[in-house]
Amino acid sequence: MLDAVFFYTFALMTLTGAVLTITRKSAVHSAIWLIVSLLGVAGLYLLQQAEFLFAVQIVLYIGGIMVLFLFVIMLVNLDEAAKQRQFNNQRWIALGCAVIVGAEILYVLAKGTASLSLPAPAAAPAAGGNTEQIAVSLFRDYLLPFEAASLLLLAAIVGSVIMAKRRA
Amino acid sequence: METILSHPLFLPFVMTLVIVFGFPLLAGYMVLVERKVLADLQVRLGPMRVGPHGFLQPIADAVKLLIKEDIIPEDSDKSIFWFAPMISTFTALTSFAVLPFSASLRVADVNVGILIVSAMSAVGILGIILGGWASNSHYSLLGALRSAAQLVSYEVALALALLSGVMAAGTLSMVQIVKNQQSQGLWFVFDNFGFMIVPFVCYMIAAVAETNRAPFDLPEAESELVAGYHTEYSGFRWALYFLSEYAAMFVVSSVMVTVFWGGWLRPFPNVNWLEIPFNYAFPAILFIGSGVWCFPMSKRLPYAPHRLFLIVLALILIGIGGLFLIPMVNLAIIDIFWFFFKVSVAIYSLIWVRGTFPRFRYDQLMNIGWKVMIPTALGAIFVNALIGMAKS
Repeated sequence: MLDAVFFYTFALMTLTGAVLTITRKSAVHSAIWLIVSLLGVAGLYLLQQAEFLFAVQIVLYIGGIMVLFLFVIMLVNLDEAAKQRQFNNQRWIALGCAVIVGAEILYVLAKGTASLSLPAPAAAPAAGGNTEQIAVSLFRDYLLPFEAASLLLLAAIVGSVIMAKRRA
Repeated sequence: METILSHPLFLPFVMTLVIVFGFPLLAGYMVLVERKVLADLQVRLGPMRVGPHGFLQPIADAVKLLIKEDIIPEDSDKSIFWFAPMISTFTALTSFAVLPFSASLRVADVNVGILIVSAMSAVGILGIILGGWASNSHYSLLGALRSAAQLVSYEVALALALLSGVMAAGTLSMVQIVKNQQSQGLWFVFDNFGFMIVPFVCYMIAAVAETNRAPFDLPEAESELVAGYHTEYSGFRWALYFLSEYAAMFVVSSVMVTVFWGGWLRPFPNVNWLEIPFNYAFPAILFIGSGVWCFPMSKRLPYAPHRLFLIVLALILIGIGGLFLIPMVNLAIIDIFWFFFKVSVAIYSLIWVRGTFPRFRYDQLMNIGWKVMIPTALGAIFVNALIGMAKS
C-alpha cells in the first residue's frame, strides 16, 4: 500500500518534470524541472531496493551533470537566446511521427498481451546487499565491457580537451 | 505508551525532531565559537557584550535575523529566489539522517550511508547556484559560477579520499565502518601502516573547499564579490544559507570522524584498562576543569549579572562533569561524548585553518584541486589497495 503511494508519487514527479522540462520557456526553469524528473527516477530506483543506483543517480546526474548544465546556461545570455527561433514549424510532421510510433507500440502491446502476465516476485536479494552485487557483476562478470566503456570515455575526454585547445 | 516507545520508528522520529530543532541552536553556538577562536587567533576579545563573554550572542543574532525585513529584489526570479535557500537547508539537514552519533543513537543505518552524504552535498550545490542566479546581480552570479566550478572539482577529490577509507572498512554503511574499526582495534587514519594518513589529509583539504571556507572561500570572497552568491539575500533566507553552511561543516567533520577517527569509539577501544582514564577521568576533568576555570574568570567581569550567569554556567558544567562519574549514566552518554568531542576537534581545526591561511587565487584553487588533490587521492587509493591486499 505504502509502496504504491510512493510509486505513484515518484512516477508523477518523473512525468510532470519531464513534461515541464520541454514546455518551460526559461532554460533555467527547464533545467530545474529536469532535476525534479531525475529525482523521481532516483526515487523509483530506491523503491526497487537498488539503493546504490539511487545514490549514484543523484550524485552523477544531479550533482554532476545538471550542475554543469546550469553552469553553462548561466554563461549564456538568456534574453538573447529567447529571441532566437526555438521552434521550427514542422509540428504536423512531428505529430504524424508520434502517431505512427504510438500505433506501433499499441500494435506490439496488443499482439503480445498474452506474455504480459507478471512473473512471481523475484526472490529476496541475496545477503550482502545491492552494492556488492553490482560490484561483482561490473568488476568480475562484465569486466571487459566495463573497461571498454571507460576507454571510450577517456577518448571522449581527450578529444574534447584537444578541440577546446585548438580553438583557443 | 509502551507500544509507542518500542516502535521501530520511534527513535528515528525523535532523533529527526532533535536534529531539526536542535541544530539551529548548535549552529548558532558554532558561530560564536568561530568568532571567539578567530578573535583569539588575532589577539582580540570577540563578542563580549551579550551575556558573559558573549554567551547569549547567538540568541540575539537569531532574533535579529528572524525579525529583519525579507528583501526580494524586484528583478529577481522570484520563485527560484524563494526556493533556493530551502534546497541548501533541506539537503544539509538530510545528511544528518545517516550520521551515527553513538552505537544506537542515529536516524537510520543505510547500506550506502556515505553515498547519501555525498549525494546530499551534491544536491546542495544547486541551492547555491540557483540562489546566485535568481538574484539577478553580477556579484551573486559570479559567486554562484565560482562555487559551482569549485564544488564540482573538489567533490571528486573528496569522494576519492573517502574511497580509501571505504576500502579499509569494506562497507559503505556509516555504522558498519565504525564497527569495523572497533573489531580491528584501530582508527582507519592509522591503518595500512600509516599510509591512510594521505587520504585523510586529502579529505581534510577537500572538506575545507567543499564547505566554502577560507582559504577556499572564493564563492563568497568578501573583498571581491561583496558576499558572493548570497549578496542579495537578507533576513531569514540569509539565515537559512548560513545554517546550511554550518550544517555542511558539521557533516563533513562527522564524516571525517566516522571514517578516519573511529566515530563514537574512544581512543584504543579494545584496550580494557584504558577505560577508566578515557571514559571516566577525561570527560570529568574536561567538564569539571572548565567549570572551575569559570570562577576566576567571573571575578574579572565588570557587570554583576554577567558574573552571576557565569557562576551558574560553571555549576552546570561541573554537574555535567559529575554525571560522567556515575557508571550507569556514563555508559549511556560516553559514546555521544566521544563523537561530539572528536567533531569539536575537527571543527576547531577548520576554524584554525580559516584563521591562519590567506585566500587562494582562483587559478591556484583549480590547480590544487585538479593537479594535486585528485592525483594524490588516486595514488592513495592505489597504494592502500595494494597494502590492504598484501595484509589480507
